[in-house]
Amino acid sequence: MTASPTPLLLMVATRKGAWLFHGDSRHQQWRVDGPHFLGHTISHLVLDPRDGRTLLAAAKTGHLGPTVFRSTDLGRSWKEASQPPAFAKPTNGLPARAVDHTFWLTPGHASEPGSWYAGSSPQGLFRCADGGASWTPLPAVNDDPQFREWMGTAQDGTPDGPKLHSIIVDPRDASHLYFGMSGGGVHESHDAGRSWHTLIEGMQVVEGFDPTTVTFHDPHCLRLCPANPDRLYQQNHCGIYRLDRPGTAWQRIGRAMPADVGDIGFPMVVHPRDPDTAWVFPMDGNDVWPRTSPGGQPAAYVTRDGGGRWERLDHGLPSEQAWWTIKRQAMTVDSTASPALYLGTSSGELWIGHEGGQRWENIARHLPEIYAVEVAALP
Amino acid sequence: MKVLVPGALRSYTGQSRVDAAGHTLAALFADLECRYPGLRFRVVDEQDRLRPNMRVFVNGRCVRDLGQALRPEDDVAIVLALSGG
Repeated sequence: MTASPTPLLLMVATRKGAWLFHGDSRHQQWRVDGPHFLGHTISHLVLDPRDGRTLLAAAKTGHLGPTVFRSTDLGRSWKEASQPPAFAKPTNGLPARAVDHTFWLTPGHASEPGSWYAGSSPQGLFRCADGGASWTPLPAVNDDPQFREWMGTAQDGTPDGPKLHSIIVDPRDASHLYFGMSGGGVHESHDAGRSWHTLIEGMQVVEGFDPTTVTFHDPHCLRLCPANPDRLYQQNHCGIYRLDRPGTAWQRIGRAMPADVGDIGFPMVVHPRDPDTAWVFPMDGNDVWPRTSPGGQPAAYVTRDGGGRWERLDHGLPSEQAWWTIKRQAMTVDSTASPALYLGTSSGELWIGHEGGQRWENIARHLPEIYAVEVAALP
Repeated sequence: MKVLVPGALRSYTGQSRVDAAGHTLAALFADLECRYPGLRFRVVDEQDRLRPNMRVFVNGRCVRDLGQALRPEDDVAIVLALSGG
């Protein structure tokens, strides 16, 4: 992969709409374009890397049902999906379900233009083959009695609903997929989603629960390393992990984090070219789980050796009384020669971490609660 | 019959009062979908249930059963219920 000399597009999805920030490749100037869909809850906004111009936005409002909007001109105009992600009528005697919101969007394999995957709340997996217009449910997940048991009920998931997330397509093989469920574990398919097996070995669960029970597992975010697709990193409810395939046992690399910070958090970010480098943004997971920056002092942590050691990155960030929450989709990295990190807070601040987080700088304040941040180099 | 459409759905209809037909509420929403593609799924979920924060009034009476029979002279209002901040 070569460094990008091209402009950058920062895609910010919030509880009250979406914003696009157009930046130069030196990360100096940002031009804001938005709001798009003011008042809509946008869970994820993603650019199709295969054409560099198609945007998909997962949307709902406080009243209206969920849908997906599609733009083929970088957000100048939008068209709604003709068939948004929706569950099939109930089978196998299972209770009927309705999609509350589409939570996660993943472009399909480079060899399959127009293909996308979507994860929903409650947990469901969907696929489309036409650039986001019409979506079909994957029955091997959505209507499988075993999966449905692992998914549990609305009470078993995150506060705004249990989620299927972190849908990953192996860049070497379009039929090799991963996803995570909060709750419900990590799963892998080698046949494009027709059959699945679990990948939870080595992952811990909350004390007192049985780690062999899939439903107790709560992966928050999974990432595959572009430079080594056999390596996965995971931020989990119970620590930070790494998995090197064909191995099947996750290693808890978060044990090397400072004890007073811990290894709890939501996002997981991997370097575009170095599989030994990854970033997290720890949250306080003590007593009642505040899910805020430990001590009110926000910081990213980077490992450059696959999790053996971690380095604190807080230069430029508030040094006190900053009780940030960073959601699992709200931190990312670009693919420039010296990659910059980007993060959005639940208090509506957008930050850039120049040179891999060595120097943080604010891009925007006063946005609504930020749900997701993605970045792409425009062609 | 006349159907009152809330502001949140006017991106589909372009106006607050529209004409539609149907012998039941379900048939009315099917007709609305033909006229304004995409509208129905924002109000009725994939299991044919009215979404939690939507209300439908027929001649001023709140109705949640999509099997509710309708007459051509009925007044139907689709209304947004309270849904928080």
